[in-house]
Amino acid sequence: MSVQPNGGNSEIFRIDLPRDRILVGLVGTDNALPAGLEWPGDELFGNLQAEMFKVRDRNDVVIGIASRLANVSEETGPFIEWVLHLPARGTIYLQMDLAASAEGHRNGRLIAGTQDFETLSGTVWERFITGIENEDFDAYERIELITAFIGRLGDEE
Amino acid sequence: MKYLVSLLIGTLIGAALFAAGMYYNPFTGHELVSPLAISKEKNLHVTYTAVPGEMILYTDDGESTVSTHPDRVVELWEPAIVDTRIAVVLLNDSRGNVVGLGIKFSTDSEQTALINSQALVNSAWHIYLPGQGTLLVDQIENYWSYLREIVVPARWSSGDNWKGSFFRIMTQGPGALGTARVSGGTGEFSGMTSEAVESLTARAYSAIDGPVSMNGSLTIMVPNTADDTE
Repeated sequence: MSVQPNGGNSEIFRIDLPRDRILVGLVGTDNALPAGLEWPGDELFGNLQAEMFKVRDRNDVVIGIASRLANVSEETGPFIEWVLHLPARGTIYLQMDLAASAEGHRNGRLIAGTQDFETLSGTVWERFITGIENEDFDAYERIELITAFIGRLGDEE
Repeated sequence: MKYLVSLLIGTLIGAALFAAGMYYNPFTGHELVSPLAISKEKNLHVTYTAVPGEMILYTDDGESTVSTHPDRVVELWEPAIVDTRIAVVLLNDSRGNVVGLGIKFSTDSEQTALINSQALVNSAWHIYLPGQGTLLVDQIENYWSYLREIVVPARWSSGDNWKGSFFRIMTQGPGALGTARVSGGTGEFSGMTSEAVESLTARAYSAIDGPVSMNGSLTIMVPNTADDTE
């Protein structure tokens, strides 16, 4: 975590793939995870892609878990969302833009937070990094969520 | 020597009385009626199975009596998440039709105080209701009644099980009326802030396998929109 000139803070959350995957749920995929998962084939969920991960800090320590839901054909409007649950600090609810930026990352914003994140607002970047090489553990790709949150004026005690 | 024996017996009796007083605390309130029952707003009511083996996915640290599901799901053994559980469930309406998907994160709270009859859990639901939208439900739950009326009797039972009828409102906060906080994400819930309560209905529990017959329900208050206003 680093403090920014505007008084907010910036933080990087990392997800190493495949070692941090908990769930991959998608209708019609052969790559569902974990093995034996009975993902509902119900037409109700259409193209919903549900994923769950363990979340690491910049030092590669697991600090929480996360869910990512995406459905580009939802009739009320396509969406990509994250919920990060960090037991020691609270939960953050993020909504992402559908289209990636020219630089290859996806922008998003904090919708709601609890506990330490309750009074914050801000933005988030999601970027997918390939070609991670680490012989110590099973990781070849990485998702990074880079948050930039700031508290409301007058919240400081 | 006799003083030592007296001290030991006195200590044991004191500890037993303390434990009994805590367990049978007559000042413990039992929330049976939803604080949203008197609301004039529209309520969204969904139910789900609370039996891990019937869920799409359930995982914890792998050390509890409850088996993870499916068998090969990753366990949450790392120190920061060792007290956390994940449940992925189908959400049903009152007729039993599947209406959505719910992902529940639950973590034992450091605010737990059994002496005050509070076994607290911080939990968050990430919910997707096709054709309606997405939302987050954040709450503090109190599992004291669940432990006292189901888990402990099941362990005391010679058959290692409990059968009966249990219904409780589990939500205790963070709302002032003991309600959960709801944040809308997309669709008709976009920009919405509201309240919710979660309840648990149980009929059978095994001290060896965990919940056998158990259902949860979420009641979410959906403020009337301009379109709904009559």
